[in-house]
Amino acid sequence: MPDDILSVEGLCAWFGEHQALKSIDLNVASHSVTALIGPSGCGKSTFVRCLNRLHEEVPGASASGKVLLQGKNIYDANVDPVLIRRKVGMVFQKPNPFPALSVFDNVVAGLKLAGIRRKSVLKEVAEKSLRQAALWEEVKDKLDKAGTSLSGGQQQRLCIARALAVEPPILLMDEPTSALDPISTAKIEELVVQLKKDITIIMVTHNMQQAARISDRTAFFLLGELIEFGDTSSLFTVPKEKKTEQYITGKFG
Amino acid sequence: MKSSPLPMNNQNTSVFEKIILRKDVRFADRVFFWITRLIALLLVGLLVSMGLFLLNASSLAIRSSGIVSFVSTSVWDPVKEVYGALPVVYGTLVSSVLSLIIAFPLSIGIALFVNELAPAAIGRIVGFLVEMLAAIPSVIYGLWGVFVLVPFLREYLQPWLISKLGFFPLFEGPAYGVGLFSAGLILSLMIIPTISSISREVFAAIPRGQREAALALGATRWEMMKLSVLESSKAGMFGAMMLGLGRALGETMAVTMVIGNRAQIVASLFAPAQTMSSVIANEYAEATSDLHLSSLALVGLILFVVTFVTSSLARLLVWRVTRSQRKLK
Ligand SMILES: Nc1ncnc2c1ncn2[C@@H]1O[C@H](COP(=O)(O)OP(=O)(O)OP(=O)(O)O)[C@@H](O)[C@H]1O
Ligand SMILES: [Mg+2]
Repeated sequence: MPDDILSVEGLCAWFGEHQALKSIDLNVASHSVTALIGPSGCGKSTFVRCLNRLHEEVPGASASGKVLLQGKNIYDANVDPVLIRRKVGMVFQKPNPFPALSVFDNVVAGLKLAGIRRKSVLKEVAEKSLRQAALWEEVKDKLDKAGTSLSGGQQQRLCIARALAVEPPILLMDEPTSALDPISTAKIEELVVQLKKDITIIMVTHNMQQAARISDRTAFFLLGELIEFGDTSSLFTVPKEKKTEQYITGKFG
Repeated sequence: MKSSPLPMNNQNTSVFEKIILRKDVRFADRVFFWITRLIALLLVGLLVSMGLFLLNASSLAIRSSGIVSFVSTSVWDPVKEVYGALPVVYGTLVSSVLSLIIAFPLSIGIALFVNELAPAAIGRIVGFLVEMLAAIPSVIYGLWGVFVLVPFLREYLQPWLISKLGFFPLFEGPAYGVGLFSAGLILSLMIIPTISSISREVFAAIPRGQREAALALGATRWEMMKLSVLESSKAGMFGAMMLGLGRALGETMAVTMVIGNRAQIVASLFAPAQTMSSVIANEYAEATSDLHLSSLALVGLILFVVTFVTSSLARLLVWRVTRSQRKLK
């Protein structure tokens, strides 16, 4: 489809000898939210980490296949993973602000890496990203406090703001709410829906209600394979695969 | 031992009861606890008694000149019975600081290379080799210094530096070979293992997530090291540096062999000098007058206090840093 911002073809991933992903094919439409579900250890994290070439940073890890980002294969030999990571943002399961940096410096860290130093630009972008991450009102008076001094939920939104500041067309989120309370979780879910008008989101979640609430399409992984991928509403109501049905009805996993 | 509130029925006690009633285990625990506590107390006692011994041995020198004038007098001349510690304090400080200036960046570089850059196998080998530097006896460094380093410095490096930078007092001639410069170089080799292994410990305590946060933002490897590793290890690296300093301040044998042993304060790094530890090693055996012996003991006392304070503060700092980092994990 011409509207697909990302298309994955035959993606395999290994940790040493252990194959964690087995020939995954999957397309992601622009301005959509894609949820990845599946039991623990099925390769969801590995999959998203292949999309920004972070997977290969694990010692002994490797990947093969194609990941076309806006039509260009990010696994081509002449592609610099650093540049890919500026286009494909990532939010991790555990909030990980830089402990030595202030709230402000955390948000603009990516901009500084990209060589943007103008104070006025940094300020403007910091406010915009913090507003996008629904955090501005809570931290506008403590921008110079350490990023790690915020609460867990605030830290996670800080990490979202940090990822958004470099305006990536795609944002990967690996269980971004699993360490958070229900209120913070609700805020982040709302945020994801809001962000859809600007960017494309791929989100791993263990919470099927969450996937059902916020995603347009859902992919079900099992033992390193993509079992089923389709519209969220139909995947959760009329799954095509037996295994999907068993999983979403809680028969295993 | 207190009697247990539970009934002691030998026939049908449950496994649970057997476990909580095992007195022999609790007894062994207690013995172990007391033995370790005793050893800890002995160590503290040993430290205190060393301090007291030095204080006692140096009382004559303290009474005859007072500590302040002792460390601010710039003449150390056993023949005239004038004992001022300033030259040896100066020699110790300059040689140690010089060694830090050389060793600190190198050690951080090694630690980054081993922990962050090198493939695991190469990292292990380099780490092992650097650690082995610490196992070489100090006198071997001294011998190597005397037979290899000093001649090389005297014939090549120092004349070259003098010809290029001689207008600068630090690099004035003549090229003696032995002196502060050689001492600083030897010391830097000896403290690299300390600084690099402590820095590695500090870097290794940084959670993986920190590094991935930087990489995921589009940091290059070097930017990642700056942002996630160095930026949040400042206190730890400072502690590592202080531990290296503690070692350099007290190092005796190798320094004595290459520093030239002349208690003087000269601007040039190439001139012979004397450090606190080397003056003691050199003169203790031949000191005949009580004041001379006592003055050497006072130098020892000062050295003892300074190295003890430096190293223990540094250790505390490193512990605090690595512990708080582990909590973040
Ligand atoms: N660093 C690693 N080294 C070796 N094997 C790994 C590593 N990380 C993951 N694996 C393996 O790869 C497979 C996929 O792991 P992955 O983390 O992608 O699962 P996941 O679906 O994200 O699970 P979870 O829901 O628990 O996060 C698992 O079998 C796991 O054991
Ligand atoms: Mg995971």
